[in-house]
Amino acid sequence: MTDRILTVRMEAHPADSNTLDRYEATGGYATLRKALVEMSPEQIRDEVKAANLRGRGGAGFPAGVKWGFLAPAEPRYLVINADESEPGTFKDRQLLERDPHQLIEGIVLSSYALGVNHAFIYIRGEYARPARRVQRAVEEAYDAGYLGENILDSGLALDVMVHLGAGAYICGEETALLNSLEGRRGEPRLKPPFPAVEGLYAKPTIVNNVETISNIPWIIANGGSAYDAIGPEGSRGTRIFSLSGHVARPGNYEVVMGMTWREMIYQIGGGIRDGNELKCWIPGGASAPWFTPAVLDEPVTLDDAGRLGSMLGSGGIVVMDETTDVVAAALSIVKFFAHESCGQCTPCREGATWLERILQRIVTGHGREADIGLLLDVCDNISPGLRWPPAQTTICPLGPSLVSPITSIMTHFRSEVEAMIRHAEPAGV
Amino acid sequence: MSDRITIMLDGRPVEVDAGVLLIQAAQDAGTYIPRFCWHPRMNPVGMCRMCLVEVEGPGGTMLTTSCTVPVSEGMVVHTASETVKKAQEGVLEFLLINHPLDCPVCDRGGECPLQDQTMAFGPGESRYVEEKRHFEKPIPISDLVMLDRERCILCARCVRFSDDIAGDPLIEFLDRGNYTQVNTFADEPFASYFSGNTVQICPVGALTATPYRFRARPWDLEAVESVCAGCSVGCRVSVQSSQNEILRLLGVDVEATNHGWLCDKGRFGFQHLAAPDRLTTPLVRGEDGELHEASWSDALDRAARGLAAIVDSSGEGAVAGLGGSRSTNEEALAFERLMRHTIGTPHLDAAMGDALDARLLAAAPRRGLIGDLEQASTVLVWGPDLREELPVLYLRVRRAVAELGAGLVVVHPRASGLDTIADHVVRYRPGEGGALLARLAAGDGDLAEVRSALDDGPVVAIVGRTGLTEDGDLAGAVAGFAAELPDASVLAVSRRSNLYGAIDMGLAPGMGPGRVGEDPGRDADGIVEGLRDGSVKGLVLLGADPAGDHPSGTAGDALSRAEFVVSIDLFINDSNRGADVVLPAAGFAEVEGTMTNLEGRVQKVNRLVPAPGQARPANEILADLADRLGGKWESSTAESLASDIATLVPYADVSWEALDRGTGGDGILARGGDVVYSVPTVSTSVGNGMALHLGRVLYDRGTALMMDPSLAKLTQKPVLHLHPDDASSLGVAVGDQVRVSGSDGSAEVDAAVDPSLSPGVVYLPFNLGVSVGSDPSVTVEKVT
Repeated sequence: MTDRILTVRMEAHPADSNTLDRYEATGGYATLRKALVEMSPEQIRDEVKAANLRGRGGAGFPAGVKWGFLAPAEPRYLVINADESEPGTFKDRQLLERDPHQLIEGIVLSSYALGVNHAFIYIRGEYARPARRVQRAVEEAYDAGYLGENILDSGLALDVMVHLGAGAYICGEETALLNSLEGRRGEPRLKPPFPAVEGLYAKPTIVNNVETISNIPWIIANGGSAYDAIGPEGSRGTRIFSLSGHVARPGNYEVVMGMTWREMIYQIGGGIRDGNELKCWIPGGASAPWFTPAVLDEPVTLDDAGRLGSMLGSGGIVVMDETTDVVAAALSIVKFFAHESCGQCTPCREGATWLERILQRIVTGHGREADIGLLLDVCDNISPGLRWPPAQTTICPLGPSLVSPITSIMTHFRSEVEAMIRHAEPAGV
Repeated sequence: MSDRITIMLDGRPVEVDAGVLLIQAAQDAGTYIPRFCWHPRMNPVGMCRMCLVEVEGPGGTMLTTSCTVPVSEGMVVHTASETVKKAQEGVLEFLLINHPLDCPVCDRGGECPLQDQTMAFGPGESRYVEEKRHFEKPIPISDLVMLDRERCILCARCVRFSDDIAGDPLIEFLDRGNYTQVNTFADEPFASYFSGNTVQICPVGALTATPYRFRARPWDLEAVESVCAGCSVGCRVSVQSSQNEILRLLGVDVEATNHGWLCDKGRFGFQHLAAPDRLTTPLVRGEDGELHEASWSDALDRAARGLAAIVDSSGEGAVAGLGGSRSTNEEALAFERLMRHTIGTPHLDAAMGDALDARLLAAAPRRGLIGDLEQASTVLVWGPDLREELPVLYLRVRRAVAELGAGLVVVHPRASGLDTIADHVVRYRPGEGGALLARLAAGDGDLAEVRSALDDGPVVAIVGRTGLTEDGDLAGAVAGFAAELPDASVLAVSRRSNLYGAIDMGLAPGMGPGRVGEDPGRDADGIVEGLRDGSVKGLVLLGADPAGDHPSGTAGDALSRAEFVVSIDLFINDSNRGADVVLPAAGFAEVEGTMTNLEGRVQKVNRLVPAPGQARPANEILADLADRLGGKWESSTAESLASDIATLVPYADVSWEALDRGTGGDGILARGGDVVYSVPTVSTSVGNGMALHLGRVLYDRGTALMMDPSLAKLTQKPVLHLHPDDASSLGVAVGDQVRVSGSDGSAEVDAAVDPSLSPGVVYLPFNLGVSVGSDPSVTVEKVT
């Protein structure tokens, strides 16, 4: 049974897996060549739908269903979200750097399926090397006839443009990304309309994550049902997890989902560094509520993570051991979100910095008894009810994201916060 | 007009208009949902989050911004649940944590939405103990507007107004997150003709206008509704005063005209009323040749004697009247009576040789309404640069095109404000408009596409003089062409505020009150000519400054030849400096009456402050003068003149009572009348040499504007604009001095380059202090 899809080539050929020669030599673009002749766009869409491929960007929305929402107006656009910025997540970087042609083949197949003639790859501004490699690969693909006016003499025309972001986390949110791509401020748009109806330049647009689209060549080569046979229901296929923090072997790991968190951390991750005890972990990027050892034997799937009050999100697992000051850890994440808030809507703009300052006060020894209630109430005014999945008073999910670390420490480590406040120096003296 | 649907609002079924936003529907049903960023005249952005309500849906009850959700049948909405209250209080607390709470020294205090909503919905005290955000404050972002970024709650109303409504993207969000601020770009001040609107719609005291800052508290202000007298659009305003001095004008939102917006000239152009140079006593020329203060009875006696002497010696036709276009209808009717009936002259004109045929203005073929723009498929603008002359009409056209999707064809000798959103822009050489019209009508060559665009009706055509060197008949010919377009509405436009009312009151040669024919007489050009050749000897000026306003630039010289001049005005100007009698008149907001806008819409203007010194309403001055000239008027008060106006056929529905009773602020349309406009044919004169485009700018050197300390500094120095090819063949670089010589003089001005001109065409702004006459043919040479 297949246990790796996306990282086989880069593992086998670490020196040149990013080149066209290696890609072609290892079977690359053969699927495209075949599909353009033998398959209709509708057949490709059907295979993707049958694969039950769920989006790898964070929300886990079924890709085939999303494609089905694409409105008929023309032109239509495909935008690859390569603005990988979630703290603890670095899987797309590897796909961009090490196997850009896999992504490009996925883009051409998807564009053919969706009736798209212009695709964009929006790459995080800090990802200079990935961007260079993707740009080079795009140029190679043009030269080889995989992109351009008449792709492989099929009549299909597709232009791919690589666009580098300017360093804003929020541009990973798909509508902020579209604004940024249009040259506007990177601020999330109101939904509806959703991008599939009114996206880039107000035209129907599909925004998919790098990893999602990198799966498409395999799905078309092997069939949607083959993909649907991998992994547990609801979490089909393989997935690249970025393991970081206090594990012995941090890194990217492509695995079939469904193993337990214990296996993820102790076998794949090699256990906790220095033989320390596991304290807690973030299961799916900085936006995700934290897990504690109580759920170590639960399976790693999208639906189970949701049932337990969190998410697999972007696949970034951050492990914290017993030495971790969780309040400082929460502050670090809140500070990140406060810095990355776009500033357009009130609760996020004002609340994020307020929360950061309260935590800062607590961490520096100036906390007050009232601060615990205040932290939770300010969180509640951003994400009412503090429930999961979260409600929000904000335009986009950045609001509830910044609440996650605070509710996590209050749920699991409240006594540590209280102890920190109890031993505080009187504030402002 | 719209379908009605039923929603459940806080447990009760209410019927609302289908498709409107929930926040509006709830308000219509009597439930006010608090808001800051939402403005009924702008697209929602859902940014402030104050209007959160709960809406039940298939996925459960969700908090959602009521400004972004249209109502749908059966929608279940909770606006006052515990969740909603907590969310709204939370948003308000967030907005206040960085707000300075300096209400006692803030101009907005007392009329501040943030203050009001904090009282109504907010927490009693703050839980925020950290230091607030700080910015340098206040900073000037233009000559008229100051910005306090600490008070700002980042609702983006100013940003959206400037970007979307005005098309002046000059004020923007900078930085991000907690450091987000509204500001202008480094080298681009907020130099928009519409900047004052952002001050009015700012929901806090972040944007303040220099003419009003620290002048009054809102609760000290007295206010009346009236009509802006800045141009002929007829924007509805609230005039506000304290201690008998007008302190500010606010736009009132009426559907028919301004949608609540004003231009800065209209909004801030009230300070001349309290200018120190304002005339407060009658003046009579003494034997020493100087003007001296006099009593009303002496001055009126002198005026009557002077006019009577000319009638006795040279006949009634030797007296003429100019002006009245800035007066109320009641004052204009009194002027007409004095001139045509008491004195008995047919020579009277409210226009100044710069407008259009009075018949065209009063009875354009297929005369339309501003509101027709809302349904237009295509808009044709072949007339003045609307941004410079009729700014709020410019906003309405912008809305029709940029927001509602109408096509736009602009015909103008140079780039006008609307070019950036136009589908087709056609340039031509002043003097060759007639030939262009013939080619356009035929769809010749490169005009075929433009011509076919005009077949997409309904078409709204805005026609007028593109510039003052242009034959006024061209606009009439364009109107005739446009009237034949599918479902056409024609707006024949001219700038001066109550010109349309004045014409309706008979202040036009050959037209009597109520749009009926009269004996022919001289128009302004003819009167100036008569002064020059001595056939006109006596002149009565009513708020008229032909020396400054007549396009020839030489009316002042003609005026100096008059034997006797009476001027009724607010100021001494170039035209009445040499007058024999100058009578001080009451001005805007000092008189009650009516005005008629470019559509024929009659609106009430109201009195708020007393006129200074001995200044009096013009109709009373005119009646007293008539009395001394043997006129036996039955009515002389504005109110009785209004009753007389109501006897005129087009004004049959108009009465102060009906206007005061309230017509939704939309006034009453005066339509109909006997006069017919016959569309002229217009010849083309191709001059040799350069063709002059003499266009108006908003801030010109008009007397009232120059008396207004806030606006006077906005006037620019005159610059001659040349096509780059002409500049290089003349060896002229930007900033060089050039001499431009025309039919009535020459002037030396700085040169600028304007690639939007056709080669061979030069552009000089009118009334910025230089004049070369109004003939299109000019020569240009470099001054060495």
